[in-house]
Amino acid sequence: MRVMVIAKANEEMGKSMAAPTPEMLEAFAAMDKFTEELVQAGIFIAAAGLQNSAQAKRIVCEGAKRTVLDGPFAESRELIAGFSIWEVKDMDEAVAWAKRAPNCMPGKSEMEIRPFYEAEDLAGFVTPEELATPREGTRGKLGVA
Amino acid sequence: MTAGETNRAIEATFRIERARLIAGLARLVRSVDLAEEAAQDALVAALSEWPKTGVPANPGAWLMAVGKRRAIDALRRDKMRERKHEEIARALDGVSNGPAEAIATAMDDDVGDELLGLIFTACHPVLSPDARAALTLRVIGGLSTDEIARAFLSSETTIAQRIVRAKKTIAKAGLGFEVPRGAERAARVPSVLEVIYLIFNEGYAATAGDDLVRPDLCLEAQRLGRMLAGLMPEDAPENAEVLGLLALMEIQASRLRARTGPDGVFIPLTEQDRARWDPLLMHRGLDALARAEALGGTGDDRGPYVLQAALAACHARARRAADTDWPRIAALYDRLRVVMPSPVVDLNRAIAHSMAFGPEAGLKLVDEIADAAALRDYAPLPAARGDFLFRAGRLAEARSEFETAATLTRNVRERAFLLVRADACDGKH
Repeated sequence: MRVMVIAKANEEMGKSMAAPTPEMLEAFAAMDKFTEELVQAGIFIAAAGLQNSAQAKRIVCEGAKRTVLDGPFAESRELIAGFSIWEVKDMDEAVAWAKRAPNCMPGKSEMEIRPFYEAEDLAGFVTPEELATPREGTRGKLGVA
Repeated sequence: MTAGETNRAIEATFRIERARLIAGLARLVRSVDLAEEAAQDALVAALSEWPKTGVPANPGAWLMAVGKRRAIDALRRDKMRERKHEEIARALDGVSNGPAEAIATAMDDDVGDELLGLIFTACHPVLSPDARAALTLRVIGGLSTDEIARAFLSSETTIAQRIVRAKKTIAKAGLGFEVPRGAERAARVPSVLEVIYLIFNEGYAATAGDDLVRPDLCLEAQRLGRMLAGLMPEDAPENAEVLGLLALMEIQASRLRARTGPDGVFIPLTEQDRARWDPLLMHRGLDALARAEALGGTGDDRGPYVLQAALAACHARARRAADTDWPRIAALYDRLRVVMPSPVVDLNRAIAHSMAFGPEAGLKLVDEIADAAALRDYAPLPAARGDFLFRAGRLAEARSEFETAATLTRNVRERAFLLVRADACDGKH
């Protein structure tokens, strides 16, 4: 099964990545070592760190209306610092690995593990006929990767 | 946490550590059997200790310390080979009594190396490919003999015996669990890749039974391939083939869910809904192929896995079946049959040429190989011939080929597909 591990930020890192502090370098090295372990265990699929919410935009949907909000955003519990995608046997394995991740944030922080919807979970959205008929293009009706 | 949850957490941790643990122990005690037993003992100890003490900060080092002690105890009990093992036991004493941190540091240095050593040992050419596959799934993949037996549609007894014999062969050959170096390593890599691809193919092209695909085996092989690619020295020239195999598996796996229709019916590549191909896996495959090609895998020195990955990539890059670069595929097959001569490759080459240059070109090539002994009773041969004839408008002959193919295949799903094609020959009359 595939899972996304979402790292949540507890406070905005105001510091620039262009001028790393010794603490940032240490955190980066720790994360790099952990990623190497994931690669060697054969479970690592993809990962990325995300820029802070000053660079973010939110699109609020209300019916047909769309409102674009510019960051930064204040609700820090909602801020996502990065994500990682793993292919594991079950949630127990995902949890055991996630517990080994270095804590790169000052104080208390949080990770969340969410299993992917796989195509079979969404069988109710597509008729067998649709599944049997090839579609043009690169996106499936289910839109899941 | 309830006791059940604690046990599950401990077992998940053990699963993560198990292969490295066995690898480290095997190198010390020179026995897969003893290493496996000692690792199991360490799990039992963890299940009784950790609920009281909590999971230690470095669970791997804790398990290794306990495993080493258990291995020494077992060696001491073993009166038969007393002298030799006394020496090992004495050598081990110094390490095992050290604090967990010291062991952790020692482990960090060569943990990847030990695991790689175990992979090379389990895949040693003194063992048959089947024995290598079973042993690798057992000690590296951590599958039970029952799981391996189900995956290979074999009995648990057969698999258990196969593993026991493999371990004995390793002991008798005196294999040292080291990673071979230099030219020796390059020479040994193919026997590792062969096993991983055998496992993948057993899952991907299930040869018998009701399921066309056993995805668990594919996943296990992908994991092994990713592991190997992660453990091998990055710039070793033989790594091109390691990455080639990884690319091949990732790209093939990206099509897994498009290969079977709603009723479990097989859907051939050219008729698959490409929108259902998994872009995440496909991109990983294309990345691995690019890395393989950067290691020199573009010219005539390309190995069989790089070539096969390049073939798979041709399909992956075509957004619609009609966009497929068949002349390029035909050229890759022309090359593949040189580095990997096989009637099956020749058959696929005929199919590629038929797509690139018309059904007559395919018929010409397929007739050149029709007498090959290896292709006798091989369902894909009449299936391909049937397809060429169908496209050439020779429907009666096509029908008979599809029917022959249907009687030859052992896979229920594939048979259904071939019979549908046979019936379609009537529809055009």
